[in-house]
Formats: sequence, structure tokens, C-alpha cells
Amino acid sequence: MEIDDLYQTIILDHSKRPRNFGELPPPAVKGEGYNPSCGDEIAVFVSESPTGTIEQIRFNGQACAICMASTSLMTTQVKGKTTAQALGLKRVFIEFLTKEAAPANGLGNLQAFGGVKKFPQRLKCATLGWHALAAALGNCGQ
Amino acid sequence: MAIDLLAHDYRGDFPILDQKVNGFPLVYLDNAASTQHPVCVIDEIARYYREDHANVHRGIHALSSRATKLYEDARIVAAQFLGAASSESIIFTRGTTEGINLVASSWGSAHLSPGEIILITEMEHHANLIPWQMIARRTGASLQYIPIHGDEGTVDWSLLDQRLKENPVRLLAFTHISNSLGCINPVREICTTARRHGVVTLVDAAQSAGHAPINVQELGCDFLVFSGHKCCGPTGIGVLYGNPELLADLEPSQFGGEMISRVTYESAEWKSGPHRFEAGTPHIAGAVGLASALEYLENIGRSAIRHSDHHFGRVAYEKLSALPGIRILGPKTERAGLVSFQLGTIHAHDLVAYADQFGVAMRGGHHCNQPLMRKLGLQATARASFYFYNTESEIDRLVDVLWDAIRYFGD
Repeated sequence: MEIDDLYQTIILDHSKRPRNFGELPPPAVKGEGYNPSCGDEIAVFVSESPTGTIEQIRFNGQACAICMASTSLMTTQVKGKTTAQALGLKRVFIEFLTKEAAPANGLGNLQAFGGVKKFPQRLKCATLGWHALAAALGNCGQ
Repeated sequence: MAIDLLAHDYRGDFPILDQKVNGFPLVYLDNAASTQHPVCVIDEIARYYREDHANVHRGIHALSSRATKLYEDARIVAAQFLGAASSESIIFTRGTTEGINLVASSWGSAHLSPGEIILITEMEHHANLIPWQMIARRTGASLQYIPIHGDEGTVDWSLLDQRLKENPVRLLAFTHISNSLGCINPVREICTTARRHGVVTLVDAAQSAGHAPINVQELGCDFLVFSGHKCCGPTGIGVLYGNPELLADLEPSQFGGEMISRVTYESAEWKSGPHRFEAGTPHIAGAVGLASALEYLENIGRSAIRHSDHHFGRVAYEKLSALPGIRILGPKTERAGLVSFQLGTIHAHDLVAYADQFGVAMRGGHHCNQPLMRKLGLQATARASFYFYNTESEIDRLVDVLWDAIRYFGD
């Protein structure tokens, strides 16, 4: 059934039991994402190690299953990565969702969101957490 | 035993409903967002373009005079539809939103002063909220709200008289039927109270014009707005009714061709009547299609449509109430034909996407009611909204798909 392409098992799992859910106190930095079409809000908290990698990451907010799962899976994927690596993964992920035959290099579990290609109106849901991450990383070191 | 009051006779007029979506027969329950079109409306728009189209009010030739006649006849149909004394009170707009914006900028900028109050309710659609925020900012008037209480969205209208007596309220704008609560506001009583205090009224009839009998003279409102596409007509066309006394000295807010009587390089004078609010070439085919839609609805009878709406609203409320964890907004009784709800912890977008996979079309989101949703502690709801061509078995399809969704998304 097509609906199962969108809501793959791993997506339903992460939406019901989001990983790294919560907040981080300062000096961790915070980035926010907002989807005006549905009112979904995601805040991502990041603290960096002295070597510039993402040491801790958490998120909170209220959002649909796609958005919750995408953000949850994102947090598990970018932990330990540098800012450049995390933003690179964001770019690969968005291209994977928006371009025909885009490579899925290094996406791992995130490939579960391939079903979003058939539901373009859910693209924003799948990427909101990533935009919040980019906002948080942009606030790092400021 | 299911009672389909009107679908038996009229559903066949709507070709779009006879299709499968994702392999299932379409169940169209997004009528509060936009209704579908009977074949007579579709045919009339096509006929107009095939046979009669030209620009209006300026040509001498046959097509232009035919188009002008159709356009002005549509104004008469709209006037009759609203019970207006004269078609001079009918201004064609792009829709409800443009109608409210016109009143806010034209009436508001001429009549509102610092310290005066624009009063609206907390249940207003963004279209009946943001224009007032903007004109309040421009004029120094203040925008105040009539509170609603609880998920039922109850308003204590008995407090209105006192509030209008004690405060410098100039304008009261409110919705007839709330697009997210489904409650029906007592328009006539509200307008009577407002008029007693010399307060100008604007009624947002977007959700009611095609769903209930409306007579602006009986209601006693000063302005009333609605959109064609929520009552079987085309998009891009709507109506603003204005009380003739108020329209008489209302300045237009858009300028150009069609709306002038005399122009020099230095200045211009406006046409009298509704035409001075219709700058530029209007949506002629839209008005023609709208007239066809309004006549179609009048033929069915809006009392019958209201009866059907209330029946569906009641049946849907009862059947959905049996679902575990459901939170339904709006009144338990006296509700219009729409049900807005949250189902357990399932996000509205997931629910709507899921239902769509089984051919059930609903709306999910904040329904252009962000402040109301925030007040109720909600981000979004799913909404099923009905029209006379729906059937009770479609409500059963909705309930079935919601049960499936609970199993699918549940723990």
C-alpha cells in the first residue's frame, strides 16, 4: 500500500518514540523551524565539543509523524559530526527527496523517507528539523 | 437507517464526485474549503466563453452588450440571493477576503479615529482579523475581541449590549458560521444590538451563504461578504453587500478603468453605485458562473440545504464521538455541517494523509484560525465538512478510516 511507503516502520517508530527528545541548557545553542502551513514547530539544541563536532543534540516541539521521525533520525545521524559534515548531510538528504535518481550516499536510515518523493506536499515536514539544525549551527560560536 | 436528504436528487449533478482516488470512491469532505460544481455551472461558464465573451460596459458591439447584460444580471441574481433591496448594493469582489479588505480600507480609513474600537470575535478566520489589525494600526483605532469559551466555542452574546454601551465601538465584524468550530452565531440579534448603539456591522458569510437562507434586510447587517467557490460557484468571484446609505459615501480603494465617470490629467470622478468599487475588467465569467450557481442553490432551496447540513453535522458529531481519544471542537447541538477534531495524539496532517489514501478528502491544519487554535492549545485539527451532495454512508466511510488510522498510528 502506498501509505506504507510514506510511513515506513522506522518512521512510525521514531515518531512514537522520538530519540534525543528534550532540551539542552545554555551554553548549548538553539535553532528553530516553523511550518506556517500546519503550525508545526521544532527546536533543535546543539552543543559543540572543543574540536567543533556536535557533542550533544536534542530537540523538542510538536509536529506530524514525518517531521518528528525525520528530526529524531537526524539527531541520531549528526551526533559526532562536524558542522560542515552535518550541513553536507542535510544537502544530500534534501536532494535525495527532491531530485530524481539523486544519490543516497551516507544517508543510511534516512533513506526511509524516500516515500516523501510521492507526497511532495510533505517535503516541508521531512525537512523542518534539518532547517532548525542549520539555524542552530548558524548560531554556534556567536 | 441512513437518510440522504438531498444527495439522491442532486449528487448526480456533480461529475467530479464520480471518481476513484487512490483506488477508492472519492468521499469529498472538504466543502468548507471549497465546494464542487454542478454541471450546469460548468456548462454556463463554457457557454459564456464560447458564445458571449467580450469586455463589459465599454463596447457598443453585440458581444459586449451581451456580456454586460449577463454581468449585470448576475448582480441582480446576487441581490435576490441575499434579499438586498437593490442590485446597486452588490459589489463583485475576488471573494470574502477582498470584500473585507475593501470595507476595512475604505470604510475604516474614513471613519476610524484613535481611541475608537473595532470589535471582532476570537473565532474569526484570518480574513476577518488581519485586515482589522492593519486598519487599526493605520488609524490608531484599537482592535478588541469578544471572547469564546472552551472547546465548544461558546460566546456570551448577552454581554454585547453592555459592552457597546460602555465603549466607543465603531464597527463589529463577526462570522455567521465558524469554519473551525461549526457554531452558528445569532446574526439578527447581534446586528439589532449593534444598530441600537450606532455600530456598523460586517458579517462574514463565507460558510453560510450557500448553506442557509440569508436576507440582509431581515438580518439588519451593514456589510455582508461571501465567496462564490464555497457555494458551487467559481473561484475568484465573491460578493460584498453594502447598506446603501454607507455605500453612498464610501470611497473606492482601487482605481483605474471601469470605475470612473470623468478623468482629466489632474483629477478623476467616480461612477456612482457598485461600479466604482470594481476597477479594471472584472471577472465576468466568474460572475456568470456565480449567478448560475446561486440559481441552482435557490432551486434546491437553502432551507433544505441547511436542514441537510445540520443533519450531517449531528450524525457526524455522534458517530465521531464514539472514537477513543477524540476531541471535537464546537457546540454539541445547533452545529453547522462541519466537524473539526483532534484524534488522540495523531497529528492532523498524518490523519488527513492517511484518509486520503482511502479516498477520503478532509482538511488538516489551523484552518486560518491560528489565534483560536493557540487559545485552545491546539496546533492543528482535522476537519470534515459536508454539503448537500454528501451521503450518510460517506460519514461511515470517514469513521471507518479514522478507526483504521487509530490502529495504524496507535502504540
